Amino acid sequence: MSYPTDRRYTKEHEWITPDGTIGITHHAQEALGDIVFVDLPKVGTEITAGKTLGTVESVKAVSDIYAPVSGTVTSVNGELATAPEKVNKDAHGAWMLKITVKNPAEMNALLSSADYEKFVSEEAGH
Amino acid sequence: MKHMTRKATRHISQNEGLIFEKSSPGKAAWKLPPLDVPEVDTAKLLGKQERQDLGNMPEVSEIEIIRHFTRLSTWNYAIDLGMFPLGSCTMKYNPRVNEFVSRVEGLANGHPYQPEKISQGALRIIKTLSDCLLEITGMDAITLQPAAGAHGELTGILLVRAYHQSKGNARKKILIPDSAHGTNPATAATAGYAVENLKSNERGMVDVAALAAQMNEDVAALMLTNPNTLGVFEQDIHEIAELLHAKGGLLYMDGANMNALVAKARPGDFGVDVMHLNLHKTFSTPHGGGGPGSGPVAVKKILEPFLPKPVVITKPDGTLAFEYNRPQSVGRVRAFYGNFGMFIRALAYILANGPDGLRQTTEDAVLNANYIRKGLEGVYDLPYSTPSMHEVVFSDKLQSQKGVKTLDLAKRLIDYGFHPFTMAFPLIVHGALMIEPTESEPKEELDLFIEAMKSIAAEVEEDPQFVLDAPHNTRISRLDETQAARKPVLRWKPENAQ
Repeated sequence: MSYPTDRRYTKEHEWITPDGTIGITHHAQEALGDIVFVDLPKVGTEITAGKTLGTVESVKAVSDIYAPVSGTVTSVNGELATAPEKVNKDAHGAWMLKITVKNPAEMNALLSSADYEKFVSEEAGH
Repeated sequence: MKHMTRKATRHISQNEGLIFEKSSPGKAAWKLPPLDVPEVDTAKLLGKQERQDLGNMPEVSEIEIIRHFTRLSTWNYAIDLGMFPLGSCTMKYNPRVNEFVSRVEGLANGHPYQPEKISQGALRIIKTLSDCLLEITGMDAITLQPAAGAHGELTGILLVRAYHQSKGNARKKILIPDSAHGTNPATAATAGYAVENLKSNERGMVDVAALAAQMNEDVAALMLTNPNTLGVFEQDIHEIAELLHAKGGLLYMDGANMNALVAKARPGDFGVDVMHLNLHKTFSTPHGGGGPGSGPVAVKKILEPFLPKPVVITKPDGTLAFEYNRPQSVGRVRAFYGNFGMFIRALAYILANGPDGLRQTTEDAVLNANYIRKGLEGVYDLPYSTPSMHEVVFSDKLQSQKGVKTLDLAKRLIDYGFHPFTMAFPLIVHGALMIEPTESEPKEELDLFIEAMKSIAAEVEEDPQFVLDAPHNTRISRLDETQAARKPVLRWKPENAQ
């Protein structure tokens, strides 16, 4: 799997584009299995880097989604409420929410696609 | 049918519709004699309160009712049919003598509002069970009120909060290892604490250095399961307790895995301040749908003033009574005194076994888990080689090379006449198969289980698709669990309903 280079990644398996669009990675959806429910914050919610912004529920487990950076939610992908399987089909296309990024410098702390790929392959070691 | 083992064979399994679908107007399972008193005009008596539409009530005969529920009951799997190797659940046999004792007239017909002077027997059961559990855990005081394990956890953490509060600072967070039961972080959050994750080391235990680095005066407690969910005893438990206590934190023990310790090691002796027990696991009371559960919480002296009230005390004349005057108590956590019927069963189990019997039970539970480990080592991947206690955790690493995952293995195991093991937990093992036989299983049943698991592994090698399509011999084939979660149908509606 190659990870798109137009965005940054977290060790908690989220991605974020420079304009503040957030989703979870292909690796994350694969580890979770069939996703049955995505719980996202309302437009206008303030999210804080490293804190939980919502949850994603699969047949196996409920997992937290962590905010890659701080910001304010401007838009939520309503499609996922009725079609959560879109995340399984195309994790890098099925965005979850858009935010206005509070401090763009926070993006620099995130992983590049190459670093994330390396991180995932090491994690898969066990 | 592929390889099958000695346990399972085919048997007629009758289809059965819903009881509503069997209904036809006018059928009934009873007939009343003619009315010999003046009829009451209910409409006049009740006015608007009289219900006109009784809804959809099934009308069936007595034999149809009996057959309906008897047929449904044959679809169940139960510990009375075979091994129930659900890891972390301690699905042990529920001895019949427990049921006999709990049905003794004076106990079965007792009422919680009876005056204390005619409830002395019931109070004596609460007191004796409390004393036995304190002896087993090495703790100082106990409440039997919580209704089950997670309720016990919440009660325990509320005691922790009350304790810190009494010192002027409730503190902010609770440390929880990444191998913990999911109820632990849920408990901490419900009690108003932030949860901080603690990584396990390569032996599957708490990383003491990481704990030392994360421990500070914001930490209210560490919630630890011992043995942990890998079935591994936390060997550094004394050091862990000391690290917590040095900074004023408390050690909470999730007693879900107490079946590995009873009459062998006492949490109170290895630094635990507060813990819950699951009577429906360790002490043989019914589990799951057959419950209710019961989750007593045992504490050290420092937490005693905060225990839920009432507590049972012995009066100077030797009689027992409930004491309500507990100004520092967190209050009631359950109506009346807890699930009393379970206290009777757990006490019957403890007294029937005695100290030596309980010790033997623990040894047998650990022996059985290790017998399975030895039998399946090499056939299934064993991610942690640390010695196992009462349960063993394998992974689907070898089988997943053929595309077969823990879920598929579990589905195929149903064909062999066993309840599946716990799948995909603990989360720190990718594709976990968590197996806990308990002491109840004779060697013969363990051999059948090992044989079944080996046979499934052989099938994965020869024809993985066959295992992916399992189960094959059940009434219905594999259900679409994803669709059931995404588009659940939560209730039956008649076909002609709007």
